[in-house]
Amino acid sequence: MAEKKIKADKALKDFGDEIVTQVNKGKNPELVFTLRGLSNIIFDQKARSLRLGDKTASRAFFNVAHTKKFLQTVEVASISKNLIKEEKHASLRDAFYQIKRTLPGTKINIVDEQTESDKAIEDLEVITGVSREQLHFNANKNGSIAGKVVILDKGDTIDWSKLGSGGWSIPSNVEDITFKKVNAKYILYMEKAAVWERLHEDKYWDKQNCIIVSSQGQTTRGIRRLLQRLSEEFNLPIYVLCDWDIYGAYIYSVIKYGSIALAHLGSKMTIPSVKYIGITGDDVIKYDLKKHLIKLDEKDTSRIKQVANYEWFKGNKDWQRQFKMFKELGGKVEIQALSARGISFISDKYLPDKIKNKEYLE
Amino acid sequence: MSEKTKAHEMAEKQKEISISEFFTKNRHLLGFDNPTRALLMAVKEAVDNSLDACDEASILPELNIEIKKLSEERFIVIVEDNGPGILKANLPNVFGKLLYGSKFHRYRQSRGQQGIGISAVVLYSQLTTGKPIKVISRISEKRPAMYYELHIDTAKNEPKILKENEIEWKKAHGTKIEIELEGRYLKGKQSVDEYIKQVAIVNPHAQITYIDPDKEKINFSRATDKLPKLAEEIKPHPHGLELGTLMSMLAVTKARSVSGFFIGDFSRVGPTTAKEICDKAKVKADISPKTITRDQAEALLKAIKETKISAPSADSLSPIGAELLEKSLRKEFNAEYFVTTTRPAEVYRGFPFIIEAAIAFGGDLPKEEQVKLLRFANRVPLLYQQGACSVTESFTDTNWKPYGLEQKGANFPFGPAVVIVHISSVWVPFTSEAKEAVAHYPEIIKEIKLALQECGRKLGIYIRKHVRASEQRDKVDLFEKYIPELANSLYNLSGESKTKLEENLRKILKKNMKDILGEIEDGGEKDKS
Repeated sequence: MAEKKIKADKALKDFGDEIVTQVNKGKNPELVFTLRGLSNIIFDQKARSLRLGDKTASRAFFNVAHTKKFLQTVEVASISKNLIKEEKHASLRDAFYQIKRTLPGTKINIVDEQTESDKAIEDLEVITGVSREQLHFNANKNGSIAGKVVILDKGDTIDWSKLGSGGWSIPSNVEDITFKKVNAKYILYMEKAAVWERLHEDKYWDKQNCIIVSSQGQTTRGIRRLLQRLSEEFNLPIYVLCDWDIYGAYIYSVIKYGSIALAHLGSKMTIPSVKYIGITGDDVIKYDLKKHLIKLDEKDTSRIKQVANYEWFKGNKDWQRQFKMFKELGGKVEIQALSARGISFISDKYLPDKIKNKEYLE
Repeated sequence: MSEKTKAHEMAEKQKEISISEFFTKNRHLLGFDNPTRALLMAVKEAVDNSLDACDEASILPELNIEIKKLSEERFIVIVEDNGPGILKANLPNVFGKLLYGSKFHRYRQSRGQQGIGISAVVLYSQLTTGKPIKVISRISEKRPAMYYELHIDTAKNEPKILKENEIEWKKAHGTKIEIELEGRYLKGKQSVDEYIKQVAIVNPHAQITYIDPDKEKINFSRATDKLPKLAEEIKPHPHGLELGTLMSMLAVTKARSVSGFFIGDFSRVGPTTAKEICDKAKVKADISPKTITRDQAEALLKAIKETKISAPSADSLSPIGAELLEKSLRKEFNAEYFVTTTRPAEVYRGFPFIIEAAIAFGGDLPKEEQVKLLRFANRVPLLYQQGACSVTESFTDTNWKPYGLEQKGANFPFGPAVVIVHISSVWVPFTSEAKEAVAHYPEIIKEIKLALQECGRKLGIYIRKHVRASEQRDKVDLFEKYIPELANSLYNLSGESKTKLEENLRKILKKNMKDILGEIEDGGEKDKS
């Protein structure tokens, strides 16, 4: 732990020194960093993950278009340094309020919206190569987990099988957790909290000897890192359960290959072995879910086209077939549509069958 | 047949209506639709006549205008000039007969056109007060000044002289009229005050004193002692001629041949051009104009349109001139930048015209308001019917954004500016007899737009330079405010001295000022001129 802290602290000092050197040399100070965004995203075939390319951008202090962002990035670094020194963590919202103030003698706010400070933090990650968590910035916690697992967190021993109906809520930073006991054959991750509650009530994790994890919508960094650690440290397979729509497919893709927004983290959070268990177009036919199809709108259709064209999906025949099925069936289906077959159909029949028959997409 | 037919009955009711009677019933056509406007019309017509008379006699005008308030609704308008005076024989007709005038039948630029104006004022005065008008006029030091009191006999359209006698008058020559009328005096955009102010702008050679109803005296001094060039009388130009006009000209011409008609009755037509027109129309050049049929006239008109004829002479026109207009504007507006332009003469319907435009910008002019548009025709301010005027249309159709003014769609732009458009022509096409709005001839609209664009481009260059300079000052200011913030954060990260960092950052800003500020140097529209 201490090693990580020293590394972050040094990265911040180097970051500051580099700018100071430029200033003392009489140069218009510049921040050079790797360009983020789709134009500089590379799918690394070997590592099976998204990473940033070589394109860089620079940001000069004495440039009207850059001044504010330049200052935001330096301010974020300065706040991070204080946090590390004081051994405290700030939420992204805290960071926003720490920077937010009006430039003396003007009507200009150094930040107007949290998205600006969030971006500045991401910029700092890219420049220093130190992750947001190590810079002591935490995102909102999100997601629940249950299973026959015992962990140690900040000196507390926690048993994931004995936490009532809510389960353990996953913090945004899981770096400092120690696993004491892990008794599971696989991990089931689902995008919907309601489905997790269904499975938890049915004691699915106990019956199937697994771990169930959920988020609400997009998978946060904390969840991704937790999944990765469990997968790597205990060699557990991970199955992803999503709605049968294009956003579900992308959630799976983020866990497996990484996201476009966080490509600068490279393979730090990706889990190439993750498998997509459902819902699939074939499930829609097999389990007679056609009557529950929700019609695709224009946004869906164009997103399908876009995702189907991502490099990491392009050569994947199974997935291309799924994308085609969206069009053929003309709709999408929610996980909960399975409840039409009985409230516990999902835990008694659908999931056990799929896992037993190895019916999943890679 | 003893029984009267319906037609007989009706015929008894049908009789000639005198022009005076017609205008009695239709006073709005002449601009007397409300008391405020009536007061303005009285001043306007009297002032127009005085200035026209002075110009024609090559006299530098000196006008004394006074409005006396008798009650809230009743006023006396007095206008006195140093013009050539009016002959005894003509004077009653000038004021007491509608459509009597020297300006209707000729092709020369003047303020009045039809000879309706002043007699309509007299008629209005008579209708609203019953009082006669009083006129003093003197044509020379050697002759006595004459005093008249006049009415109009509305049935006959004839002046009725109530009083006529010699009188002592201090002036060597000139005319003074005194009209009592119902009216209302208001201040503002369409007021007598505004009218006189605008008259002074476009008549920089006139000396005007004005005593308003509150007895306040305002002096508008001359901007120049030079008389405006006297506009020459010209013959009509063939281009823009209409069939009806051509046919009536053919009918009354004294020329004995068609080619003689073209050479003699039009400007810019010589024997070669006349022959070309006749040949093209397949009309024999030597036949009498009186024998030309309607079809032949139409063929001639078509031929005229297809024949190249040099542009009409601008000698008939008397524009103010860019230099003088600017001088005049500087006198009336406390602005920081002035631009004026005078376009070359153009033709609509055979009438030559010249467009002048000017813009005053900045200074004391209000920043947040609509740009003020001042319209003039033959040195006469147009205060009413702004929306119906082709000048307004050309103005709002012009895209002012590239010239540095704010504008949303084809509307009035916003900014600290006054825009002036002046049309000079031997015959300004007004939309009505009230002479407040210029008709929408495409040739005129095109020229107005070109004039506005010329001025606009120069204004744009000025604004860009000016605004750019202040923008750059703002940028430097802003950087200086960011410096301590950056220094503070860098001190926290690296431990380097705050003061040293601030000093060095300021040095960098100073040293690289040009490069740093250079980013916006190339912004904005490039100007060709």
